[in-house]
Amino acid sequence: MIDEKKPCLSGSGLTKVFGFGYYKTAAVDHVDFDFYEGEIVSIVGESGSGKTTLAKMLLGLINATEGQIYFQGKKLNLNTYKKKQEYWKNIQAIFQDPFSSYNIFNKIDSVLLDCIHMRGGRKLSHEKKVELMAEACSFVNLKFEELTNKYPFELSGGQMQRLMIARIFLLKPKILLADEPTSMIDASCRATILGMLMKLHIETGMTLIFITHDVGLAYYVSDKIYIMEHGKFVESGTPDDVILHPKEAYTQRLINDVPKIHEVWDLSTV
Amino acid sequence: MSNVMLEVNELTTKYITRFREDVYAVDHVSLKVDEGKSLGIAGESGCGKSTLALSLMGYYFPPLHYTGGNIIINGRNISGMNPDDVRKSILGTEIAYIPQSAMNALNPTRKIINFIEDVIHAHDEYFPKKEIYELARGCFELLGLPADVLQKYPVELSGGMKQRTVIAISVILYPKVLIADEPSSALDVTSQKMVIKMLRDLMEKGLIKSLIFITHELPLLKNVTDDIMVMYAGQIVEKGTAEETVFDPLHPYARGLMGSIIVPEKGLRECELAAIPGVPPNLKNPPAGCRFAERCKYVRPECQSLSIPLRDVDGGRAYRCLLSENELREIYAREDCKNDR
Repeated sequence: MIDEKKPCLSGSGLTKVFGFGYYKTAAVDHVDFDFYEGEIVSIVGESGSGKTTLAKMLLGLINATEGQIYFQGKKLNLNTYKKKQEYWKNIQAIFQDPFSSYNIFNKIDSVLLDCIHMRGGRKLSHEKKVELMAEACSFVNLKFEELTNKYPFELSGGQMQRLMIARIFLLKPKILLADEPTSMIDASCRATILGMLMKLHIETGMTLIFITHDVGLAYYVSDKIYIMEHGKFVESGTPDDVILHPKEAYTQRLINDVPKIHEVWDLSTV
Repeated sequence: MSNVMLEVNELTTKYITRFREDVYAVDHVSLKVDEGKSLGIAGESGCGKSTLALSLMGYYFPPLHYTGGNIIINGRNISGMNPDDVRKSILGTEIAYIPQSAMNALNPTRKIINFIEDVIHAHDEYFPKKEIYELARGCFELLGLPADVLQKYPVELSGGMKQRTVIAISVILYPKVLIADEPSSALDVTSQKMVIKMLRDLMEKGLIKSLIFITHELPLLKNVTDDIMVMYAGQIVEKGTAEETVFDPLHPYARGLMGSIIVPEKGLRECELAAIPGVPPNLKNPPAGCRFAERCKYVRPECQSLSIPLRDVDGGRAYRCLLSENELREIYAREDCKNDR
């Protein structure tokens, strides 16, 4: 099954160095990976392990110091803004903090309208556009009629995060990068958001890349897990291998530090 | 028979908004914490967990107002006291409170020792500074924090260290009860574990007598506290020991919460995550009947109109639902059966 799949996004020797001389730190250090089409991948690590830097590089927001990213087998070239815009039609992201992800001066209709325009729907009739927006909102259990003429800050955190998924639903990118999408919302809302992302994944067949520090979440959703420590991937494989039978000491420590329900949480090993 | 450290009877507090609307965020809450025990409070965001913590201190400032009930700490009733008296004689010595994201409140231009001086001078103006230093060093060493932290600025400390320092400062006067509101929510797993270990140490070494721990992470509560209380829309909906509440919840809302737990354990991938649909009710005009009725799967027509009391079950448990224990268990058994197939 796997060998039929084409790599969607891959990287070889990807490196990002911040600072120079004495202060030189490699946030991401010679990382190789292959993300296949339609896969759900998780990148797990503690804070400061370089997860977000890697995400920013994949999105083309910062340039890599060394190494190359390949998108659908071709070298990624983002020299001009036009090329970046073209690339962003294929890759989209959901960020940790929904409150700072929106332009506070734009109303919600225009957020969604922009997405339709980006997919080449600029010449559609107004009724068609409203229909599309209403469809996207109903996909995430929001009512479009209640959202029109509202500003993003009038919504709650969970609603904003759901609106973000509605945006993704309209844009239908090939890759969705979710950078800690559920760390700022509570447990029952987290289940809702995850359910929607899974539904979206099944409907569109997009590649989902989760970046998270929550080992339980990674174990629950993903097909493949990468464990990141100090800018390097220390372990990768299927969730059952990595989480239930970890080999590296770092992974073992990470999993031991998570409170469990059925097992006793050992507090002596701090 | 251990003595009761904190007893709360029918405590009700409200917020008065600037449009003169009353929001009853804590509605007739009664609880009891024994010496040497810890109580966990769970619930969604906006269900009144943090307001309950604020109300328990007995130190009210607008828009929060006290309306009824009493709080008894170690045999002393503090409800209805003058806020200044509460600040002078209760806070810090009887009850201590760590608010959410307390570590962000450390003033970056002052050393850690200055914060401790402030705390002690608020209670005793003429306490000599030299003795404060000795006291602080003793306390920090007891808790496994290096003493040179005292001479550092907050920016020099990492997030986990800052949080542990804040906890150490809050227990410097040996309070009877410590209320910790989401002490580990902004930390990664390793620092979280260190903070939790420290809270456990506090109890074991006798710096505090009882602990109230507020969080929405149920796996954490199960491992830290003896009892768990689930709140919904300002009311207690379920009360019991940690084991019972997590593995055998009675109230439909508590059951929904337990269904949304994600932990890296075997068998998680096979079960389906249960999300609770809908949003909590607006507390400006709460529904007349059961407050969970709108989102409840097992709702009956009577639920909308009858006000439902907290029912006591044998073994110190309690839940707030119209259905009896047997009826609920029957429904859950049928549902589990369906899931298995």
